[in-house]
Amino acid sequence: MIRIENITKRYGDSAVVDGVSMNIERNSITVIVGTSGSGKSTLLRMINRLVEPSQGRVLIDEKDTASEPAHLLRRRIGYAIQGHGLFPHRSIAQNIATVPRLLEWPEARIDARVTELLEIFQLDPGVFAHKFPHQLSGGQQQRVGVARALAAEPAVLLMDEPFGALDPVIRAKAQDDLLDIQRRFGTTIVLVTHDIDEAFRLGDQVAVMSHGKVLQCDRPAALLTQPADPLVTLMTGSADRALRLLSLTSAGEAAIPGATAGISVAASASLRDVLSDLVWRGADAANVLDTEGRPRGHLTVAAILSHGRSR
Amino acid sequence: MPGIAVILRLTALGLLTAFLLTPQSFAPVFAPFTQYGAPPIYDQGNLLSLALSHLGTVCLAAAASTLVAVSLGILVTRGSGAEFLPLSRSLVNLGQTFPPVAILALAVPLVGFGEKPTLIALFAYGLLPIFENTLIGLQTCPPALLEAASGMGMSARQRLMSVELPLAMPLILEGVRLSLVINVGTATIGSTVAAKGLGEVIIAGLLSNNTAFILQGGLVTGLMAILLYDAMSAIERRMFKAARID
Ligand SMILES: Nc1ncnc2c1ncn2[C@@H]1O[C@H](COP(=O)(O)OP(=O)(O)O)[C@@H](O)[C@H]1O
Ligand SMILES: [Mg+2]
Repeated sequence: MIRIENITKRYGDSAVVDGVSMNIERNSITVIVGTSGSGKSTLLRMINRLVEPSQGRVLIDEKDTASEPAHLLRRRIGYAIQGHGLFPHRSIAQNIATVPRLLEWPEARIDARVTELLEIFQLDPGVFAHKFPHQLSGGQQQRVGVARALAAEPAVLLMDEPFGALDPVIRAKAQDDLLDIQRRFGTTIVLVTHDIDEAFRLGDQVAVMSHGKVLQCDRPAALLTQPADPLVTLMTGSADRALRLLSLTSAGEAAIPGATAGISVAASASLRDVLSDLVWRGADAANVLDTEGRPRGHLTVAAILSHGRSR
Repeated sequence: MPGIAVILRLTALGLLTAFLLTPQSFAPVFAPFTQYGAPPIYDQGNLLSLALSHLGTVCLAAAASTLVAVSLGILVTRGSGAEFLPLSRSLVNLGQTFPPVAILALAVPLVGFGEKPTLIALFAYGLLPIFENTLIGLQTCPPALLEAASGMGMSARQRLMSVELPLAMPLILEGVRLSLVINVGTATIGSTVAAKGLGEVIIAGLLSNNTAFILQGGLVTGLMAILLYDAMSAIERRMFKAARID
């Protein structure tokens, strides 16, 4: 879907992004993670050409992004940033309608889309459509920011630390919502964060950046089990990497055939959560049930632990 | 809440209108300020029409100042126009620091007597507050908003028209209001070069040593300035009531 080919951005003599290549699959979430100043935002902004590369190119669906005027390209790519950047002089509905307006959608289609998005983001249209950004809480503003980025049904959504300003509880909810939205619309998402937990939680693929270079771009589990650079190990944290690995597998995926006497856990729960549950309750096996309550097999502590081992 | 402020304003408006429409009914009020049986009310011209042309000159000059100052402010805040910022600042500052009377004196030989030199002087005098406020308004637009606007695919022009200018508008209007109010007073000097305006009344008072005339010219000018200020504030409040932008 998106192919980044050997892209470099120089300011003066220093390369802020240095020869980065990356492939981003359709319908996936790629998280770019790294310390502050490592070039994450610059890399992201080169995808929608808010920053023009000094070298290299970006292809979306095999088409060079440099082949059309930048502002037209950007209307096809959603963009959400930290602190949401909502226009304070426009109502929530007008904010969300920004890109559809630029694309000159008919009024009725815009209205329908705004209402649909407000409902998806759990903001009652009757209450919120005509409010102004300053009348909303931080969490609500952030949701409007994402809704606005999705308004014109973009195939690609770029997000720069979209949850950076939220407190932990609202943040976790926002992350869950994003996963739902991604599944629902099949959007290809590229998200920048400095929070490694967020990266593991959201990313199908995680790119670890340092000093303008991508050290490794891989599945989260591979970052733990086959780190390409000591810095990757450092950043993913070696103390709790086994638990991190467990958190990447769901009970449903790991379940072994057969049933056991004892407690039940949801198939969607991560192995880390199941293990925690077993320790807490002093049990050593659990039945795995799907959302309809049907048995999907069982898990033992030993079976869970085998998933946390470096292979 | 229609408090004292509103009542005072309505009273001021009522008094001004009444005086301009039927000046003679105020004769007893001004009589104590005259000597030797001089007329208590200005009698060398129609006060209403003087007030209207005074206002007309001020508004015309303010419109021209606004157009030029805002355009200049936009120009120097674009990447390509930034190099003109120091020059524009100097020019606009000169317009404010150069005494309007001196501009009048310089303009008369070029454009003759009458309204034109007054317009030029007021125009130059009114640029600064509008220019400076436009500049602040445009320069203080939060970077996150500009980034969001560009990131969603607004062209530079669309960004200016639908984000930057609306956000700078309260400050720009404040500059216009300031410029208007200053110039209502300043415009009285236009009468020295034969522009129709309230300065005429004051000058007539000075020439004939008639304090009543001077008071009338001064009071009408002052009331107009206050009411104009209030009207502009009210318009601004209405425009920005819903969205809190500052
Ligand atoms: N327009 C610019 N001019 C000069 N340096 C810049 C510019 N934009 C970013 N940088 C520098 O590039 C580096 C990477 O910035 P950025 O991509 O924003 O990092 P991150 O998002 O990872 O924190 C920083 O050191 C920053 O100072
Ligand atoms: Mg950044």
